[in-house]
Amino acid sequence: MVDADLRRTRAVAFGRSGLSRFVPQTTVLNADDVARALKRMAHEIVEANSGLDDVIIIGLERGGVPIAQAIATALEQIEDRTVEFGTIDISFYRDDISTSPVLPEVTKMPYSVTEKHVVLCDDVLFTGRTVRSALDAVTDFGRPKSIQLAVMVDRGHRELPIRPDYVGKNLPTSRSESVRVSLDGVELGVTEAIEAGTRKDDL
Amino acid sequence: MKDLLTIADLGKDGIDEIMVTADAMAEVSARPIPKVPALRGKTVASMFFEDSTRTRTSFETAAKRLSADVLNFSASSSSVNKGESLRDTVETIEAMGVDAIIVRHRSSGAPRQVAQWAKASVLNAGDGWHAHPTQALLDAYTIRDEGRDFDGLNVAIVGDISHSRVARSNIEAFSTLGANVTLVAPPTLLPPHVEALEASVSHSLDAVLPETDVLYLLRMQHERMDQALVPSLHEYHRSFGLTPDRAKQLPASALIMHPGPMNRGIEISPEVIDDSRVRVLNQVANGVTVRMAVLYLVVGSNSGGGAL
Repeated sequence: MVDADLRRTRAVAFGRSGLSRFVPQTTVLNADDVARALKRMAHEIVEANSGLDDVIIIGLERGGVPIAQAIATALEQIEDRTVEFGTIDISFYRDDISTSPVLPEVTKMPYSVTEKHVVLCDDVLFTGRTVRSALDAVTDFGRPKSIQLAVMVDRGHRELPIRPDYVGKNLPTSRSESVRVSLDGVELGVTEAIEAGTRKDDL
Repeated sequence: MKDLLTIADLGKDGIDEIMVTADAMAEVSARPIPKVPALRGKTVASMFFEDSTRTRTSFETAAKRLSADVLNFSASSSSVNKGESLRDTVETIEAMGVDAIIVRHRSSGAPRQVAQWAKASVLNAGDGWHAHPTQALLDAYTIRDEGRDFDGLNVAIVGDISHSRVARSNIEAFSTLGANVTLVAPPTLLPPHVEALEASVSHSLDAVLPETDVLYLLRMQHERMDQALVPSLHEYHRSFGLTPDRAKQLPASALIMHPGPMNRGIEISPEVIDDSRVRVLNQVANGVTVRMAVLYLVVGSNSGGGAL
């Protein structure tokens, strides 16, 4: 099976839009900067929650998962204990599945969220629509004591009343730009269509 | 892809995308509240012009787990009995505002005809002797779910190949995925141009069993007896049924599958039904999961570009 490859791609047979490619223009943060920002965010999470009791870290597929894992690892080092960790795919909670036919990942939620402080982690906060979907998804798994939001990059242009609690980097952008985040760094660039009819992945 | 009519339309990419999506749907199905809002506000009509319990309830359960509204239509209690044509019936249902139509019909090709008339997505839930693509997809998913690699997998499909839409779709799906398919049946139950199918043929189940990784038993339809295609059901069971002795010839790691409903004592001996290799109930559970994936992908990719 070619699942591993497929998981990184958009639907082809069931896709509505062509493929697109990110073209980097400026490096905003390098790998060390990202590591430092993640460590600082981890300290802020410990401080805000007076430790890690009842804290669960949840990464949003796909970009948020490596960020969440890095934060969870940092938290475990800071407090010298294990941290509950899960991942959520918000595909089934979107208000616009047709604009971005990405194949869903398997949600992995081995822990209850009821009476927990949930820290949602994502790579980029943009319109806020992904986070809105994620709030619906999380509450399907129980009733958390609180839900907090950690993002590596806040690029502005919110369309919903959603704000982050922990931010790696505030990055003013124009709507036409794209941001790529990984543990190797943060880059600003543009997304261009490989085939005609491509729509930009805004969320 | 607006419709799901045959496995050939899907190709390998389409099958793989459904399998990957079904993994995510399996997680949803395992939740305490197995329901997500993916198709909220969408209406799915199920139009069954032929009897079915498991396919119909499976599709309905799948649609409901995705929060779609389900509109039920059964030919026996409809204006079809007053002589309404298929086209008029479909146009009437579509005028009520449906996003997907699930069609089962005794005539081969009826779903494709409906797909040409309808703007809504059409899903083939079995047409005549032609195709039953969601059955093949759930069977492929069941095998994949066991961690089996299709490349070089030996699948034996046993029984009435000639009248079986399940056989036809499964041959397409399994061979597309790279399996070696062997059809096992008496000559009277093989279709006329069997050599055109992507499968080899054997008339001896005993010869095939030791090399079989997946034994797929088809339902022996009693109505075939009238046509004298087999001497008797007892005779069929003796030559092509899975008896306890034959089960011993089958490798310990093999899987035994059946699309249901099973005829105990014909395709399979009652003693073998509880064999640990039997995956019939997994097939049923996976049916819901795979149909969730199909509905999600087909309806999602047919949405008019705007907000869902």
